Amino acid sequence: MFNTTIANLIGLSWWKKVSTAIMFVAVLLFVLVWILPLVGAIFTALRPLQDLRAHGFWSIPQEFTLENFAVAWDLGNLNTYLKNSFIITIPSLLGTLTLSSLVGFAVSQYKFRGNMFVYLLFLSGMLLPFQILLIPVFTLSNYLGIYNTYLGLIMIHIVFQMGFCSFFLTNFMSTIPSQLAEAARIDGCSEFKIFYKIFLPLTKPALAALGTLQFTWIFNDYIWALVLIRSDSLKPVTAGLATLQGQYTTDWGVLVAGSLLAAIPTIIVFILLQKYFIKGLTMGMGK
Amino acid sequence: MKRDKFFSPWLFLILPLLLYAIWVVIPAFYTFFLSLTRYDGLLSPEFIGLANYERLFSHDTFYISLLNNLRWVVVFLIVPVTMGLFLAILLSKKIPGARLFKALIYSPMVLAPVVIGLIWTWIYSPRSGLLNHTLTLVGLQTLTRGWLSDPDIAIYAIIFAGVWRHTGYVMLIYLAGLTSIPPDLIEAARIDGASAWQRFRHIIFPLLKPTTTIVIVITMIESLRSFDFVNIMTDGGPFRQTEVLANFMYKEAFARYNMGYGASIAVILFLIMVIFIFIYVIQRREEYGGGEKVV
Repeated sequence: MFNTTIANLIGLSWWKKVSTAIMFVAVLLFVLVWILPLVGAIFTALRPLQDLRAHGFWSIPQEFTLENFAVAWDLGNLNTYLKNSFIITIPSLLGTLTLSSLVGFAVSQYKFRGNMFVYLLFLSGMLLPFQILLIPVFTLSNYLGIYNTYLGLIMIHIVFQMGFCSFFLTNFMSTIPSQLAEAARIDGCSEFKIFYKIFLPLTKPALAALGTLQFTWIFNDYIWALVLIRSDSLKPVTAGLATLQGQYTTDWGVLVAGSLLAAIPTIIVFILLQKYFIKGLTMGMGK
Repeated sequence: MKRDKFFSPWLFLILPLLLYAIWVVIPAFYTFFLSLTRYDGLLSPEFIGLANYERLFSHDTFYISLLNNLRWVVVFLIVPVTMGLFLAILLSKKIPGARLFKALIYSPMVLAPVVIGLIWTWIYSPRSGLLNHTLTLVGLQTLTRGWLSDPDIAIYAIIFAGVWRHTGYVMLIYLAGLTSIPPDLIEAARIDGASAWQRFRHIIFPLLKPTTTIVIVITMIESLRSFDFVNIMTDGGPFRQTEVLANFMYKEAFARYNMGYGASIAVILFLIMVIFIFIYVIQRREEYGGGEKVV
């Protein structure tokens, strides 16, 4: 009411400009404070320890150095950890997308007994707290001889992420008209070809969104790496950071530099594929 | 239905279902069984009835963890949800640079919780940390403390790192929800003289109700994923005051090899999750008027 009255008195467009300016400044200040941890981390990592110790964070930097990054990368083994993260993430991602698109196609395009059951099975897997799987999967990996191997970690990522991915892809594929499949069938196309040649290409936008989302989720996993990998040389970067923390307890320059190095791949994915990332999140809400 | 069409869905499903059974379905049930046994991960499990649960219910750390999990849920339901909603409404307006602002606010979401935990451990560190240093600089020296070593504060300090990550997610979901509200509706209310608060209270918020339900469920699930933060920031200390169920379980099962006992903690965590999901399903039912579409 108040706003409207003022707006009428002094002219709508002028009032609009002022209120936009006020909002702009308020949001700007908030965002600056909000990203301070990240910006602060970057500056800390770029400064030598003595400088920080002597003058504190808010002093004007005497010099910048990549020393901390170099230490974390070489002595801290971040190079190995990051390489491991990719070796684990990429096959996991491809595996889970492949298997889930099979599920999505079958559940969305065929009417069969147990259709709903399969759908609900994957849905409930998506909501399951993973803690309930930790101990048996650890035992299972030991039993299969894949404990402390890349494969052990890749398998649980593939299968565990299938819950969310199948749910997501089933929802998406059920929006593709089934007449497409019918027509191809009449033309003598095999069931697998219908999936591979017709449905998979049409599902590309969903796969891109889901893939982006899953990349960050699998890459950022911590607990499965802790539980299923023991050797330092096989650890992905998240578990590696915990080791780094043990080595460089309060050498914050190195620890923060290590954290930033670990974050670079997901940040790049986010910057390049932001559109898909957000689409993945909002599509995944089941609406 | 043709004969070969009867088999084809199962041809597609056989491999996914087989793997899913081995890595997810059977392990989930197996945990229930293990929770009734004494098991060290090597020798075969020995059935001991409900002894693990008896021990759990008389273990101080269990109640501390449970309380801390509750604190995570409550703080998460209040702080990121309110902030996320507020930011979404603000940023849905035509502000210059809104796109960049949005991206910066939700950027913490792509960082691993471990990365965030480590960065915030630095921020909180007593000597060289950003927080104490800034407080000293602006003359609030009395407020400085060991944020992660003070037993009364540590848990909230950790939760805040989680809030920092989660707020952008909430904002994003609300932004998506806001786009479904027809602008004419709000414009009409404005012309009728409804104040900004009235427009929010009587039009925007009620129309966002389905979005809010989704936000609440996602927030509750996220608040249970506190393990990464606690494990890297304090590992439950000082004096177990920041312990949460997941980290408590991890330590019992994988550091002390009390796997049967660890399984009983996992079962409790599972039951808590079931309660959340149950509340969610009932909520949605009411929305659809006892309706058919639950999920």
